[in-house]
Amino acid sequence: MMALSGLSVSFDTAQALRDVSLQVPQGTRLGIVGESGSGKSMLGLSMMGMVPEAARVSGRIMLDGTDLSGASERLWRRHRARRVAMIFQEPMAALNPLQRLGDTVMEPLQVHLGLSRAAARTRALELFDEVGIPDPPARLRQYPHEISGGQRQRVLIALALSCDPALLIADEPTTALDAHVALRIIELLVDLAERRQMALVFISHDLAAVARATERIAVMYGGEIAEEGPTAAVLENPRHPYTRGLLGARPGIGGATPARGADGRRQRLPTIPGSVPPLSQLPAGCRFAGRCPVEMPHCADTRPAAYPLPGDRHAACHLLGAGA
Amino acid sequence: MTRHLTPNLVLGALLVAFVVGMAALSLVWTPHDHAAMSIRARFGPASDIHWLGTDQLGRDIVSQLMVAARNSMTVALIAVLAGGSIGVALGLLASALGGWVEDLIMRVADIGFAFPALLFAIMLSAVFGPSLWVAVIAIAFINIPVFARVTRGAANVIWTRDYVAAARAAGHGKLAISRDHILPNVAAPVIVQATIEFAIAILAEAALSYLGLGAQPPSPSWGRMLSEAQTLMFMAPQLAIYPGLCIMAAVLGFSLLGDALRDITDPRLTRSRQA
Repeated sequence: MMALSGLSVSFDTAQALRDVSLQVPQGTRLGIVGESGSGKSMLGLSMMGMVPEAARVSGRIMLDGTDLSGASERLWRRHRARRVAMIFQEPMAALNPLQRLGDTVMEPLQVHLGLSRAAARTRALELFDEVGIPDPPARLRQYPHEISGGQRQRVLIALALSCDPALLIADEPTTALDAHVALRIIELLVDLAERRQMALVFISHDLAAVARATERIAVMYGGEIAEEGPTAAVLENPRHPYTRGLLGARPGIGGATPARGADGRRQRLPTIPGSVPPLSQLPAGCRFAGRCPVEMPHCADTRPAAYPLPGDRHAACHLLGAGA
Repeated sequence: MTRHLTPNLVLGALLVAFVVGMAALSLVWTPHDHAAMSIRARFGPASDIHWLGTDQLGRDIVSQLMVAARNSMTVALIAVLAGGSIGVALGLLASALGGWVEDLIMRVADIGFAFPALLFAIMLSAVFGPSLWVAVIAIAFINIPVFARVTRGAANVIWTRDYVAAARAAGHGKLAISRDHILPNVAAPVIVQATIEFAIAILAEAALSYLGLGAQPPSPSWGRMLSEAQTLMFMAPQLAIYPGLCIMAAVLGFSLLGDALRDITDPRLTRSRQA
């Protein structure tokens, strides 16, 4: 239902997204992982038509077969909440501190669906119940500061679901929550997506969370998609050097502690050398050039295409190209 | 909560309560008819009947001060409410739309800042003749850019908040977001500004009335009482002192209250005080 093709978002000094193509068919769950500054949040905002006004957008953003890449705010507003909805990273900051939770959730119901206040209230109670908020009637009257972070995220999910969107974009929905609460929120999102036949785009830097929540995964680096494919296959057998580095940099996978080296001391956690360069100083060719352990001379200048791989996946690396 | 009870707040609130109480009481009761003249009783000393004495026409000073307080409060209230509403609306609009609309509104506001209220009042009274309404309109007019600037500055901060992004993601338009999310969250600085502007408005009304551009006789005004007492300064200095004290109490009261409210609502100041 949502398909991006050749999407680029650039600012005066930097390119936040370069030539991104992705498909999110009806009812599927796609994870987007990457470090801070990899463009994953900008990708989420693009799908909502909420890129900053200073940005130049090219490429296509297809929603239900309509290209919305150059669409006005007015046109986008018709799709927000009803077709695509979004939840945000900081549940603490994403609720108006001066608005009762009930009013926040009832607002789109009254505005978009034209429900009466009483009908909106009934629907809001159902939504609170659906997202697992205990004692919905009491919660409707409360203010954001009166409830916990996990409960706030549930309220935001209820808000996002209020107009039955076909696609829910979750931008780091669990980052600000503690591990146990995060797990419950992930379970809730997966459950909701399955029950409602709703597509889910799950943006996170937490590979474990994405592995749990999604069917397909797109690994982003420097505003591009490095590798994309079925979640299990990509995580078990990463093909792009960046994905390999990312997976290698996880502490204690499966509960294991770092292995002991030959000298008996614990090995340091493997890391990817260097740090993500600022978006304005990315190499023109492969974005990973300069940090890549298997870099070739032409990598910094020549942009690798997204080479298709067996198993309905692809990766953008010269090593995988026909000529390599 | 007690750490907010600064001397500023207490003194400001007491002075404001005194002046507002005086004005409110005059609606239902004054010791005498404020306009009743009695040439035989002129320049009367303070007594059981006339608590602060009588003026050059034998009018009761307490009654005049009370009605003048009411006039002054009315002018300041209408002027600040009217100018504030227009200014807040323009500030919200500038912040919501951005771009050339914001530039236009803010540059026009800059021009408004350069325009003294007195000059505007003189211009208005030249056209329409002097009246209390001239004072109201002139003071309201100078309040518009003040509130537009304060509101736009505070609103620009709120627009970057996640809950505004969440509201946009929920499909709400800029005007609806301004009404439901921006306005309630800029209320604190706007109310603080309104309190301070109230003090300025009282002073401006007194100045305009002093020049004869505000309240017209027989409607009393602190400013006009001052100007009438001016020629009698050496004969009856109390006629100038009483309205002068009233102006001071009102302006000081609202200024202190405004400062105290600013201290309470400004988180930067709150933090530095706790440290």
